[in-house]
Parts: sequence; C-alpha cells; structure tokens
Amino acid sequence: MTPLHEGRLQYLEELSNKIREKIIEMLLAAGSGHSAGPLGMADIMTAMYFHILNHKPKQPKWPDRDRLVLSNGHICPVLYATLAYAGYFPIEELMTLRKIDSRLQGHPHRGALPGVETTSGPLGSGLSQAIGIALAAKLDKAKYRTYCLMSDGEHDEGNIWEAVMFAGKNKLSNLTGILDRNNIQIDGYTENVMPLENLVAKYEAFNWHVLEIDGHSMPELIAAVSEAEAIYEKPTLIIAHTIPGKGVSFMERDYLWHGKPPNKEEAARALKELRTLGGRIRSEHE
Amino acid sequence: MLNPELKLNEKLFDADVEQKPTRDGYGTGLLKAGEENPNVVALCADLTESTRTEAFAKKFPDRFFEVGVAEQNMATIAAGLGISGKIPFIASYATFSPGRNYEQIRTTIAYNNSNVKIAGHHAGISVGPDGATHQATEDIAIMRAMPNMKVFVPCDALEAERATLSAVKISGPVYLRFAREKSPVITTAETPFRPGRADIYWQPSGNGKKADVAIVACGALVHAALLAAKELEKEKITAYVVNSHTVKPLDEDVILKVAERAGAVVSVEEHQVAGGLGGALAELFAKHRPIPMEFVGLNDTFGESGRPDELLEKYGMGRRDIITAIKRAMARK
Ligand SMILES: Cc1ncc(C[n+]2csc(CCOP(=O)(O)OP(=O)(O)O)c2C)c(N)n1
Ligand SMILES: [Mg+2]
Repeated sequence: MTPLHEGRLQYLEELSNKIREKIIEMLLAAGSGHSAGPLGMADIMTAMYFHILNHKPKQPKWPDRDRLVLSNGHICPVLYATLAYAGYFPIEELMTLRKIDSRLQGHPHRGALPGVETTSGPLGSGLSQAIGIALAAKLDKAKYRTYCLMSDGEHDEGNIWEAVMFAGKNKLSNLTGILDRNNIQIDGYTENVMPLENLVAKYEAFNWHVLEIDGHSMPELIAAVSEAEAIYEKPTLIIAHTIPGKGVSFMERDYLWHGKPPNKEEAARALKELRTLGGRIRSEHE
Repeated sequence: MLNPELKLNEKLFDADVEQKPTRDGYGTGLLKAGEENPNVVALCADLTESTRTEAFAKKFPDRFFEVGVAEQNMATIAAGLGISGKIPFIASYATFSPGRNYEQIRTTIAYNNSNVKIAGHHAGISVGPDGATHQATEDIAIMRAMPNMKVFVPCDALEAERATLSAVKISGPVYLRFAREKSPVITTAETPFRPGRADIYWQPSGNGKKADVAIVACGALVHAALLAAKELEKEKITAYVVNSHTVKPLDEDVILKVAERAGAVVSVEEHQVAGGLGGALAELFAKHRPIPMEFVGLNDTFGESGRPDELLEKYGMGRRDIITAIKRAMARK
C-alpha cells in the first residue's frame, strides 16, 4: 500500500471532517441515533474507503473487492456518510437515515444499501462473519482482504472470543480486525462496566499479531494495515485508540453521548466547532 | 361499552390520556419487589437505564450485577442464582434476551426450572427507528413454546408493574415482555390483575351477551383494539375486547366463553402472526371449538426503521387493520 503524501493527507483529513459534519446533520434530521462512536471512527472510515480498500463504488458487488464488515452496527452513520462520499449512493439520501422506507436503516442491513456487506447492530457477531468471508476467500484462492471493525464494548460478548480463538487457530492472515478502543459503552466506561484489559496480551495469547495506533492518525492506520498485509502466519488486530465524540468538545469522551443525537442547538454548536476546527480556523459559513 | 367492574381509566379514549411506556412499570415493579423480598436480585447487560433497572441498581447496589454486553452469561448466571434461593430478574432488549440467549434460557432456566424472571424490553415493531435488528417479533413464540415458562405481555405501565410484582410470587421461570414507546394507561389502581386470567375490557352494552366479534389482544395494542371496538359501535357492530396479558397459560375459560358468544375471533398483537398470541388462540380453538378467526400481527416479515405509528400502519397493526380484520372474520361466520 502506498503511504499518504502530504497533500492527500490534508485532503482526507478535510474529508473526514466533512463526514463528521454530515453525521451531525443526519442525526439531527433523524431525531435518534448514536453520536459518539460515529464521530470517533470518522478518520478510520475515511482512510479505509479513500485509501486502503480495493473497491469500486459503482460496482458494489465486484467479486474481488476488499470486504469491510462493520460489527458494531450502531455507528452506521459514519459508514453511510463515507459510502455516500465514496460514490456508492447520492449524498442527499443520507438525510433519510432512520426514516420509513429509507435504504438507510437504523442499523445496517445487507442488501438494503449498496456497500453494506452484512447486517449488524446486535453486537459481537461481526468477527465470526468476517472469518467466514476470509475463509471463503482462501477456499476460492481470491486475493481480497477482509477487515472487521469492532467496538470495545462488544468484547464483553463471548461470541467475539470464540471468533478470536478460531481465527488464531486457522492463521487467517487475510483477516484484519480494527478495534475502536474508545473506552465507553452504554452504562459507563468499559473498565468499570466490564474490564477488558489487557487486550494486547489477550489477543496475542490467541495467536494474533497486535498493533496499537492513534485512531485519528491516518498515516498510522495505513502503516499498520501495510504491516498486517505483510504478516503471513497470523490474523492482525489493530487497536485504534480513539476519542468518542471526536471533534465536538462537549461530546468528547462522555459515554452519555453513546446513543443520543444532538438537539437543534447542540447540532448548531457542534457544526460550528467542526467547521472552525475547534476555533482554529474561520468557518466559510460565518 | 367498557366493563364497569374493572374500573378502567375513564380517560382511556381521550386525546390527552396519560401515556407511559410499559418498561417504566418494570422499573417501579422491580424496585418494589426488591423492597418486599430480600432474595430479589437484578442483572443487566449494559442497558441499565433503558431497561429501567437503574432504580433497583441504585437502591440495592449489592443485589445488582452488571454483566456487560453478555446476554448468554447473564442468563446462565441467573440460572445459578435461581437454583440457589435467589429470585433473579434479568433485563435486556428482547432481541438479545431471550433472542441471543435462547438455548441458555431453555436448558439452564426452563429445563432446570430455575426461578428466573426474564424481562424482554423494546419488544415489537414500535421500537421504531432502530430498525428490524432491534424489533423483537418472535419472542412470544419462542418463549411460549418452552416448557415451564410462563409468558406475560402487559397492556400498560401499571399492569407491567403488577405483572413484574406477581412474577416474584410465581415459583419458576417467567417471561415478561415490555415496549419502549409510550402508550395509553388503560388500567387504574382499582383494576384487578390476576395472573393467568384474561379480562374482558369491552363488552356489548345492554343485557345481551351475544356479540358480533371477540377481539383478543395483548400488550399496548389492547388500546388499539378498544378504539376499534368503540368505533364499530357506530356501525352497530358489537364486540368483546379481551386483554390476554397472560399469554401462557392462556385463560381458556374466559376466551372460549367470549368466542362462543361472538362466533368469530380476531387476535391482535405486536408480533409475528406465527406462534404468538394468535397462534396460541388458534391451538385452543382447533382443540375445543373451531371458529372463524383472523390474525392482526406481522405476516412473516421483518420490520424496518420508522416512527412507531407509521410502522404499525405499514405493517398492518393499526386500528384500521383491526377493523378490516373484524369484518373479514364476521363475513366468515
Ligand atoms: C447483543 C447486543 N446487546 C446489547 C446491545 C445494545 N447496545 C448497543 S451499543 C451498546 C454498547 C456497546 O459499547 P460500544 O460498542 O463500545 O459503544 P460505543 O463506544 O460506540 O459508544 C449496547 C449494549 C446490542 N446492540 N447488541
Ligand atoms: Mg466503545
């Protein structure tokens, strides 16, 4: 994979900020949905669809495409917004999120919207499906790679650890997990609700290659994904340390923003912060 | 007319009728149960606030266990507690409990006959914008089919509180089904709640006992059934509306009696037609009294995102759909 050159990095960072703005607008229009997770994963999602994945938005069923399985389906606003900007469907359609007759279901549904690989929302079942997809690739001698985006909270589920064990046993080197380590879930901070640490040691004990990155650094993600591609004997987990609610000061790191949308006034404040990069630049809308 | 003996909410048909979600009744019921009985314990899987387990957790921190997002673990821990003298209440969304942990419930709670009370929240399509993954529409079927399990589907928040409290007194597994959205409060403090008994909420006025149709409903759609019955009065169609809050065991006496008097039945529930309350009624009638019957519920389809009212209409569970089903059932007599 090619590293990002300076100009491209700046372009993608601006794009991920646009995607954050769009997430706020979508959630406001929907009147329900999740804020913290989607904002925290905007950088990773942007880097995936605009640099890492081998895919063709106009041919969503292209057999050789890399697969991205979103296990923590509740963060789908960031998936939908990124897919739209990548050209899978019209950007205007994003505003139908969670509304009746919409292709943008409250949780992603395979077949409902181009680019959505699996149905998710119920937590803990993405990694096993990603394993199934990666196994099929091996059987077919196909070259595509499978990425599974997971949350930390869903690591409470036994299903995840059954999958971790299986992938390790079967040396699924064409599978890369990316864990949104934002330290929050619904009832509070993960280490209070159900301590997950030491995640590195746990995955390593199950025969995974483990990397840790700043989840808001696209170059770090790209370097980690490149390293994963070079590891032939193991699946790789990239633990992405992210800030839930990233970019909106009053949402950042607060688990109470896990599952609620901004109201009108909060959305206006959030958009202002995003458009001015937290007051560092002047907004073109001012 | 409304059955005067049951002292139902007089404002039931008013636009400004008090509205509350049935899950609130779980919260208040669980708290009271905890105050009354020191053996009551509660478990939750990272949904303490939305399942209304919070008040209990705050008041009795030593008797509350947060298991994280791990519904299978929650059910099996509760099974152990329940065979050791405790009365565990476990709460999550119904799609995950009893959805995800079905087999754990079957073997370790039902077959073990462990004294566990399972609260399935956010049931039905009225969950709304979260979409089909979060709308439990098969839970009555799977729980009803399970030996040793009793199934309650309360019609309002007050009845939900009573069902929760009554579950403590029942020895053995109980499934309690609750909804996310607000719905009209139908009952009052004076309305009796008897587990295992179905109640006739609406009946023909005057002395006659015969009716054109009997509607048997459970959950918040009892209100829609009452609205339908009231509207049909204008067309001189007489109806019974039965609240079958206990789906298992069914109150066979009351249901067979009203069916006999009406000669046609309509079931109403926020659930798949297959296997739910309607299925239970059809089994009963097939055995004792074959009768024309129509089913209001989901017809072998998943839901989708949308507003609760839009979804109930789109998927055929609105007041209009109940009226259409009534007329179809009557025409088949
Ligand atoms: C099987 C299952 N149980 C419960 C839920 C309800 N739920 C939705 S999100 C969530 C919290 C998970 O934490 P995390 O994914 O880390 O949340 P985030 O960091 O995005 O706020 C829970 C319990 C679910 N979706 N699936
Ligand atoms: Mg998290």
